[in-house]
Amino acid sequence: MNLTIKVNGEEWALDVAPADVLLDVLRERIGTKSPKIGCERGDCGSCTIIMDGRTVRSCLVLAVEADGHEITTVEGISYDGISELQTLFLENNSFQCGFCAPGIVLSATELLENNPNPTRHDVQEALAGNLCRCTGYEPIIDAVLAAGEGGSE
Amino acid sequence: MTTDYPFEAKPENGDLKTVGTSAVRIDGLDKVSGAAEFVDDMDFGPGLLHAAIVESPHAYARIVSIDTSKAEAAKGVVRIATGEDFPYKFGMYMEDRYIFAQDYVRFVGEQVAGVIARSHREAVQAAKLVEVEYEVLTPLLDPRGAVADGAELIHPDLEDYTHVPWFFPQTDTNIAHLRKIRKGDTEKAFAEADYVLEDTYHVPRYAHCAIEPHVTVSKLDQADRLTVWTASQSPHTQRHLFAEALAPLGFTHKDVRVITPYVGGGFGGKAGVSMEILGAAMATLVKGRPVKLRWTREQEFYNTYQRQGVVAELKVGVMNDGTITAVEHKLYWDAGAYVEYGANVVNAAGLSATGPYRVPNITNDSLCIYTNLPPGGPYRGFGYSEFHFGLESHMDRIAEAIGMDPVEFRRKNAIVEGDELAYGASMNPSGMLEAIDKTAEAIEWGVEEESDNPNTVIGKGLALFWKAPAMPPNSSSASFLKFNEDGSINITVSGMELGQGYLTVMAQIAGEVLSVPVEKIRVETPDTDRNPYEWQTVASHVTWSSGLAVEKAAIEARGKIFDVIHQVYGYEDDSLYLEDEAVKCRTDESFSKPLRDFVIDGIQTEDGTWRGGPIVASGKFMPEFTNANSDPETGQGGHPNVHYTVGATGVVLEIDKDTGRIWVRKAALAVDAGRAINPDLVNGQITGGLVQGLATVLYEDMRFDENGKLLNPNFTDYKIPTAFDIPDEIIPIIVEVPQPDGPFGARGVGEHTMIGAAPVIANAVYNALGVRIKSMPITQEKVAMAIIEKFEERAE
Repeated sequence: MNLTIKVNGEEWALDVAPADVLLDVLRERIGTKSPKIGCERGDCGSCTIIMDGRTVRSCLVLAVEADGHEITTVEGISYDGISELQTLFLENNSFQCGFCAPGIVLSATELLENNPNPTRHDVQEALAGNLCRCTGYEPIIDAVLAAGEGGSE
Repeated sequence: MTTDYPFEAKPENGDLKTVGTSAVRIDGLDKVSGAAEFVDDMDFGPGLLHAAIVESPHAYARIVSIDTSKAEAAKGVVRIATGEDFPYKFGMYMEDRYIFAQDYVRFVGEQVAGVIARSHREAVQAAKLVEVEYEVLTPLLDPRGAVADGAELIHPDLEDYTHVPWFFPQTDTNIAHLRKIRKGDTEKAFAEADYVLEDTYHVPRYAHCAIEPHVTVSKLDQADRLTVWTASQSPHTQRHLFAEALAPLGFTHKDVRVITPYVGGGFGGKAGVSMEILGAAMATLVKGRPVKLRWTREQEFYNTYQRQGVVAELKVGVMNDGTITAVEHKLYWDAGAYVEYGANVVNAAGLSATGPYRVPNITNDSLCIYTNLPPGGPYRGFGYSEFHFGLESHMDRIAEAIGMDPVEFRRKNAIVEGDELAYGASMNPSGMLEAIDKTAEAIEWGVEEESDNPNTVIGKGLALFWKAPAMPPNSSSASFLKFNEDGSINITVSGMELGQGYLTVMAQIAGEVLSVPVEKIRVETPDTDRNPYEWQTVASHVTWSSGLAVEKAAIEARGKIFDVIHQVYGYEDDSLYLEDEAVKCRTDESFSKPLRDFVIDGIQTEDGTWRGGPIVASGKFMPEFTNANSDPETGQGGHPNVHYTVGATGVVLEIDKDTGRIWVRKAALAVDAGRAINPDLVNGQITGGLVQGLATVLYEDMRFDENGKLLNPNFTDYKIPTAFDIPDEIIPIIVEVPQPDGPFGARGVGEHTMIGAAPVIANAVYNALGVRIKSMPITQEKVAMAIIEKFEERAE
């Protein structure tokens, strides 16, 4: 089946099988490796991407369902320097192993776009679908709250 | 006490510029930008093959036959491997495992065959076509049942297994190792004690749940070179075990190369060798083709190491003044089908099962028991989390029984520098009393709090913890260091960046000695061909051990730098020092020679010739003061542990009296880091470890059915904390009583932060409700049932 998608601003036309999962197509066919394979059933959020402005779990999306849609991954927001939110994550030593980081960066980015001044509860809710086993979430939540308050300066 | 330590090569400890600062992680940008590459992200080209594993559906069975003919004929299949291809044993501390099952399977999920195919999907499909006939046997699932008289032997050949000299397998039993400690006269002490409390505590199995599943890509090239890219905490140990297990195929260590890029969390689950050997072995059957094997989340739960379950029988005797006089701790470990790594967990726990207390009379028996459940193994805390649950619950109960404040009781008995340990050596310097006081203060211990909500009650709890690295006495670390033209530095080590911040800490140690900022130091993840030896990144020992190796390399480099300056300018070495990336001289304030001017090209002398050249250095560290030789009957005589890290955990929680729901309102944790090389990273370990520990007590546990099958191998049924499931407030407290032989006084803290979490909840629940729960986890349901039970008791 023919698939046309825009990934991080670049258009791709691919021939995919009906059962191909978007996460695998992003990783294996397009070479976008930041969405990770963690559970393949929508539990862990490591495969989070932004599709048409909203975060989705790419392990639960068939590639053909993404036909005609626009996708952003963490690579796409990092080409021209990292965002203010990413800078805060960096300066706050928010991540440890970093495997969950691409998904969390995107979930937090989506949150701040819709709600520029979130409460702690808002941040917890927005990140509740992204599992992190290392950090206990605190340094991640702190950075998102700092971004909401206007950044590090 | 400090005379125990032969290592004295310390740089000046005064005015530190890099050590002790919360430097930004040197791997931070990789991780926030998506640049960080994990094994599964690496490209191996169109020739990459994929493997899938055929697993036993039975906990215990004899393999009657394996028919691979249908699978071999399936589309895309390249090769199928079975136990016949690799009749070789392997193991970390005891060789009791085969690569693929031979004749018997001993747990649900054990690998029976492997299919290599051109695509992942084809491999998975073909694996379903492999037909295995089993004669099903009755599994042994309960450790105490497995040591009962007449129990069938899961490993009848136990006495023939190769093992390390500090293991004591009990022939003709299911006890793979028995660690005994006998000190003083426990029987007499109990007879003379004013109060004795005896009870049993139950701790189930747990899963590590690193978010990155195990994954490995292996390739045997046409020149017989085996390279394994793997998500591992243990590249050199893996190389060693691959080379040893596959030696019959002609491999030597130099023919095997293990490369470990970033690892997406380990927690012990990626230590040693587990599924990786399947990939390495299968690759030898398809020369020239890389083979990828990636565990599914389900396999991640049932066929990697699990944290062992334990039944702990504990008896403690005290005098009326609160002095602990005797401890008898019997630990029955459900060690699983293979104990090649897990037996050392049992050993470590047995050595230290008194907890961080001064105890004159000790009887510890720690039994490593084979069962037909998945292999037990290392998990953050390495046995200590498990026995602290009962021990620290017990301490609260005893304090109450003799009418003493539980914090005061702990303070009175807490082990301090110079006290004798269970095995006869003496305790290292520690900030235990400071940790107790600061934790108690943080949770306002002694101040009773009432809830504003009539349906809820507030409880407070406190628990101590300690842990020593559990490692062979000759476990070593090494480092290479080289300067670049601009005065920047590359360091290679083979400790693993698991997220704890190891690379950054190594950079800070070298940077401190050489006056080079962290931003100008690159520390790379391991490649066994190029990076020097490291035993493993486990045991919370790399800040200490690898840190010492890096410190030594930096000191050696500094010496070479001073030699060049001396040769050219004549200043004596002992008048020179480094500051702001330059060599300076105490006897000539006008002298300043920037490192970048000469660390590669050297310095030109007056006659036009040059002196110096590239500054390169190496360092190594082995704890030469330890030994594991002890009397098997008493455990006395050796010095098996290098040192202990100690601390305290406290919580304030709120419980709904009707539903049993628990909210952790405040958690404080004080750990003695010796010196926090990077306080931010230590705080990261405190927060992360505490939350991981709280999850083990509040909701996680592995549930098996009566046939030994794991019922909850996924994140829906085995719930780990989300961003919602954390305390309202976490107060990290760093105590710094220097470790005399540590790099700048540092000792490890990685595992310790999870150890006190379980008993502190048990103690706070009791404090709130007056109910004592003696089995983990302490779920909402269990609390609600206990409240009802207590209410009914009162009604009667």
